[in-house]
Amino acid sequence: MEHGLPKRSFGQRLIRDFKRYKLVYLIGFLCLSYYIIFCYLPMGGIVIAFKDFRAARGILGSKWADPWYKYFDQFFNGYYFTRLLRNTLLINVMDLVFGFPAPIILALLLNELRSNSYKRVVQTVSYLPHFISMVVICGIILDFFSGSGVINQIITALGGEKILFMQDPKYFRPIYVGTGIWQGVGYGSIIYLSALGGVNADLYDAAAIDGCNRFRRVIHVTIPGILPTVIIMLILKVGSMLSVGFEKIILLYNETIFETADVISSFVYRYGLQKGNYSYATAVGLFNSLFNFTLLVGVNYLSRKVSDVSLW
Amino acid sequence: MNRTAEKNLRGRKKSQWTYGRPSTGSRIFDCCNVAFMILLMVITVYPFLYVLFASLSEPLRLYSHRGFLIAPLGFSLKGYHFVLNYRAIWNGYAVTIFLATVGTACTLITSLLFAYVLSKTDSMLHGFFTFAAVFTMYFNGGMIPTYLIVKELGLLDSLWSLILPGLISTYYVIILRTSIMGIPREMTESAELDGANEIVILVRILIPLIVPTIAAIGLFIVVGYWNSWTNALLYIQDGKKQPLQMILRQIVVNNDMSAAAGSGASNRSGEDSATRLLLKYATIIVSIIPIICVYPFLQKYFTKGVMIGAIKG
Repeated sequence: MEHGLPKRSFGQRLIRDFKRYKLVYLIGFLCLSYYIIFCYLPMGGIVIAFKDFRAARGILGSKWADPWYKYFDQFFNGYYFTRLLRNTLLINVMDLVFGFPAPIILALLLNELRSNSYKRVVQTVSYLPHFISMVVICGIILDFFSGSGVINQIITALGGEKILFMQDPKYFRPIYVGTGIWQGVGYGSIIYLSALGGVNADLYDAAAIDGCNRFRRVIHVTIPGILPTVIIMLILKVGSMLSVGFEKIILLYNETIFETADVISSFVYRYGLQKGNYSYATAVGLFNSLFNFTLLVGVNYLSRKVSDVSLW
Repeated sequence: MNRTAEKNLRGRKKSQWTYGRPSTGSRIFDCCNVAFMILLMVITVYPFLYVLFASLSEPLRLYSHRGFLIAPLGFSLKGYHFVLNYRAIWNGYAVTIFLATVGTACTLITSLLFAYVLSKTDSMLHGFFTFAAVFTMYFNGGMIPTYLIVKELGLLDSLWSLILPGLISTYYVIILRTSIMGIPREMTESAELDGANEIVILVRILIPLIVPTIAAIGLFIVVGYWNSWTNALLYIQDGKKQPLQMILRQIVVNNDMSAAAGSGASNRSGEDSATRLLLKYATIIVSIIPIICVYPFLQKYFTKGVMIGAIKG
């Protein structure tokens, strides 16, 4: 439309645009102020990782740490570094290995059900735990795995020894990952089911004519059909590797199992908010965020090179 | 789009089975598959049924019972009676209802407005607004700096600290924007020519066209507020302003029922523990009933694939 008009400077065009979209810009800047206050100011607040934060002096008034990497040094060379990194990585890797494929497998199996109404019933039921609050879920988990809980009652009834699941470090990770699958498998399958709905039906006919049996049709048609979705979900999952789990871990863990259960986010909460080491905890949190961000960008880059599927 | 996907699905369903007679292996697989799904449903639902049965049981019988429950042990509403007399729970309920109504309204309105702004792809600052919003999905200040900002703003121990820090959900903004952009341009053009301003166009034309999406997202926001507790953990000290989930955490996770004094708990330790057990189960049920009530509606929307738009958009 505007090609015929004489060229205007950026400023002039912006003013024209402002006039044209007065209300849009007004609303836009109002909403932007939310992002500035609650998202970008905290990002600026990260500077306290490099300062000796004192509440009385505020974020800007506090003195710079000496040396500036003091708190990072404290963390990397401190007692907790290896434990936290090991716990966080292990829980997330286990969740990736067992938790990621579970909804894909469920979606493939649901897709093979002959009765559509039966399929719908299974779906409805399996989504349920996703909508129940984490507090209730963890309350039930703690109750079932407690010394006198249902699981132990079954074990003793079968002649086994009572196991104190929530006091023994070695059971924490399996319980965390296992209950995570229980909670999320149904809801996680939605996205794959929708991808399955988009697979071209003609491909199945072609595959059948070429002599593929049912199993081979899944391997050669269904799975390649949903692969792009799988890759996107994998990128997102890997990108949030170190950050997930705060709610559930805070609710489930106790001092006797910190050895395997304490992760970076729960540590930041305990050391920062409960004990008041703001600068130290911010440094730890920043390490976590940067690690995540790098991972996300890296995996996205790799995926774009290898498979042409990427977030941006 | 959904209809074609559904048709496609149905068409494929048919084509998947009608290549001659199913082989024995295929039949065995079908049986196993159906059986597996039954098992899955039982595992998913049983923990909740257990809590329901336990909450309706006689306290002392429940206390001495071992193993699975397949029905309430006796029948008693004692647990619910304790819940009724537990002031903190009702207080928490009130806070949570405030969040689920006022909070949801605030979040929905701001998200919708911002989605509208982002749908104006030909405005010059469109790219800037989009980037500013999307960047926060991948990087954030973290727990401590956010806490300090909330503290600086004087929001600690205020109910607004449970709403404002998460006011706009970028994820929902993107879904809403995608559905607004799905509306043909012609629908708004005539109104524009008649001199209607942006707000009139949004309220009179665009919103009525995407009511299903808005309803779905509204429900998800309600559930989100209903289940939220981490903001309260960080920002609220005052016991009277704790939402339901925090009270629930005290009772169910920390086993702290000190606030239940005078709820009829007796001094005899056996009966006392039995009462605590019952109170725990009854509280869980009372807190999830509203979710179960909206669940059929939620279910209707996500099977239609409303939420999936965000990933593709």
